[in-house]
Amino acid sequence: MIKKKRKTQSDFFRGAYHGIPIGLGYLSVSFGFGITAVGSGLSVFEAFMISLTNLTSAGQAQGVSVIAAGGTLFEMALVQFIINIRYALMSLSLSQKLDKRFTLIHRLIASYGITDEIFAVCSAKEKILKPMYMYGIIAVSTFGWVTGTFLGAAAGEILPGSVVAALGILLYGMFLAIIVPPARKESGILFAVLFAALLSIICRIFLTNISGGFTMILCSVAAAVVTAVIFPKKEDTEE
Amino acid sequence: MMTAAYIAVMAVVTYMIRMIPFTFFTKKIRSQFVKSLLYYIPYAVLSTMTIPAIFYSTGNYITAAVGTAAAMILAYFDFPLIVVALAASSSAFVTGLFI
Repeated sequence: MIKKKRKTQSDFFRGAYHGIPIGLGYLSVSFGFGITAVGSGLSVFEAFMISLTNLTSAGQAQGVSVIAAGGTLFEMALVQFIINIRYALMSLSLSQKLDKRFTLIHRLIASYGITDEIFAVCSAKEKILKPMYMYGIIAVSTFGWVTGTFLGAAAGEILPGSVVAALGILLYGMFLAIIVPPARKESGILFAVLFAALLSIICRIFLTNISGGFTMILCSVAAAVVTAVIFPKKEDTEE
Repeated sequence: MMTAAYIAVMAVVTYMIRMIPFTFFTKKIRSQFVKSLLYYIPYAVLSTMTIPAIFYSTGNYITAAVGTAAAMILAYFDFPLIVVALAASSSAFVTGLFI
């Protein structure tokens, strides 16, 4: 019994440790969101609540502009749906590797924290996902996200611009740390990464009037489909 | 009051999108193609998000390129996430001091 408790604790702390770079990256991104939200006429508390209840960057930024423009609630729902629909794909992917301990209540709680970054770390770093691991990563990431929002909203000018600029690359650095090592070992992953990057560059140049969330779905699904056809994953590997 | 309604709509829509597939899709997928697809999607998603956005991430192409190079090298040698992430940021910061 004691042993089991220690095990779940270590799951939580391993998740929290993996959450540190996400939390730090979120701190800087949400700092910018806090400044924008207050600049658009929201209170510090409202900005904080948006970050706490949404935990997403593009959707929140777009949501604030709907609020500022006095859009309808229907428009708000539609905008959120289109920008955030990519999370449905990520949730589906994660649902395939959940541990038996993931009961209904754990699923209801943990799904709150499925963001691009948390999804990426959970998929690439873990073979089987445990609730405590996800709670660890979500706790640290969310803490960074709401703290950054609060600081940006309450005192946007405290950090020098050079520091904010340098923090902007932090999450991307973490992404590279996730994709480069497996791409070295597996040609399928290397192909997926290079092909997706190529499509993404093409979209950036030619499809400038399409939203970022939509471009992301388009490029990543296209790259993954082609890779799955050329490099089907072997049946006998771990499940 | 109206702002609270906006926030509630944002929160509910975003949560439902995440919660429904995660909670109610409990079947194991059998199709080898779909399995392969789901296996490659995270890497494709990350690559799409990183490139070319990483080069615009600091507001200066030179500091971003230095940060990217630092991250690539450390990631290649399998350093932990936090080390790679901080190296990208700090090398971009230091480069920024010189230009």
